[in-house]
Amino acid sequence: MRNLVKFLTKNSFIFLFLILQFIAFWMLVLNNNYQNSTVFNSSNFFVGNMYASIQNINEYFHLKEINKELSEQNAKLQSANISSFVKVYGSTYQIRDTSYHQSYNYTAAKVVNTSTNKRQNYITLDKGSLNGIKAEMGVISAQGVVGIVKNVSTNFSSVMSILHDKYKLSAKIKKSGYYGSLVWEGNNYREAQLKDIPNHVKLTVGDTVVTTGFSTIFPENILIGTIKEFNLPEGDNFYNITVTFSIDFKNLSHVFVVRSLLKEEKLKLETVSQQEMVE
Amino acid sequence: MIRDVLKYLSIFIILVLSQGLILNNIELGGYINPFLYVLFILMLPFETNDNLVLILAFLMGLSIDIFTSTLGIHISASVFMAFARKYLLLLIRPRGGYDSGTLPNIQYMGLSWYMTYSIILVVLHHFFLFYIESFKLSQFFSTFARVIMSSIFTLILIFIVQLFNYNPNNRK
Repeated sequence: MRNLVKFLTKNSFIFLFLILQFIAFWMLVLNNNYQNSTVFNSSNFFVGNMYASIQNINEYFHLKEINKELSEQNAKLQSANISSFVKVYGSTYQIRDTSYHQSYNYTAAKVVNTSTNKRQNYITLDKGSLNGIKAEMGVISAQGVVGIVKNVSTNFSSVMSILHDKYKLSAKIKKSGYYGSLVWEGNNYREAQLKDIPNHVKLTVGDTVVTTGFSTIFPENILIGTIKEFNLPEGDNFYNITVTFSIDFKNLSHVFVVRSLLKEEKLKLETVSQQEMVE
Repeated sequence: MIRDVLKYLSIFIILVLSQGLILNNIELGGYINPFLYVLFILMLPFETNDNLVLILAFLMGLSIDIFTSTLGIHISASVFMAFARKYLLLLIRPRGGYDSGTLPNIQYMGLSWYMTYSIILVVLHHFFLFYIESFKLSQFFSTFARVIMSSIFTLILIFIVQLFNYNPNNRK
């Protein structure tokens, strides 16, 4: 026993090093697997508040772009408004509430911190569980898809952006409807790869890529980006497609958190059918 | 003693804040991201207890990780750097050992000694950091480019900070 203690004290430096490394790796693994460890990330109260006040200052420098963005969005909404459609085709246009069932609602939020230079980028928003935000909700902006809420605290939430090497987004080509998965390979924050599009599909540069709506996290047909280039590797059945994001993650400021109202119903139905299959 | 503790505590806080609020937003070409906070581990006095250096490196890494929500990555890299520091200091020890009361900086140890010291430790730290972050061999070369570019940028910043303290008349 005494020899053991002697051995430990003599090599305490190396043991301490190994223990600390072990803790670091343990945290690393834990943080990747469990989505609930909100204490030690930027959605915690202290750092979140600090980022919020810094962002408050930064916002003044971006007012011009934000105004432009908002007015563009206003114009878009205005043109989509029912009132700008009426009477073109006579009096047949009618809105019946019973035939439209709202399936998504949106909460506006402000970005207080963002990064684009890592392999795993996260965005911090200034809305949290107080505003009804929960993990696994989608986040979009006026220009396109942003990411998925990962952790939520009372006043902040931390969003896993599409610029994350472990995130796969289900995406389809708007023109033809073929779908695949969009992955970001960590090199350029403006571009991602679209996989699993079979080789018989006709593609052109500039085709629009949108969300599929399969996962109910994002509504269908939300813009992701456009095809920048594509090629077909010899002997391969699937294209290599490079997609340019429609959204610029470097000047992200106002986003919407999407809440699917029908998600639970859909998941319930799907689990029921899967259970029946097992039986 | 208490003055030293206060001095290093304030340096710690300044480095964490400047890294978390300013330097993390700097990036050139998507590759280059300086990590000036490692300067804290570089500038600890020679006599500091080795175990204390490890623990300080752990706390430093933890503070940076909380800012970037990448728990574990910076801790691991800075603890590794503190580990390597002990052996590097033995390896590049000047003849007669380190004089008591001197600090590891250009002022006391000279430019060439400091270059060896800082380049080796910073490159080791960045190497560890970027490879843990990407965790893939398939991106070996692009990660390697990130390591080299970021190390150069970090070193430039470290030398600039050193110049603020440099006083040629006061050389011992």
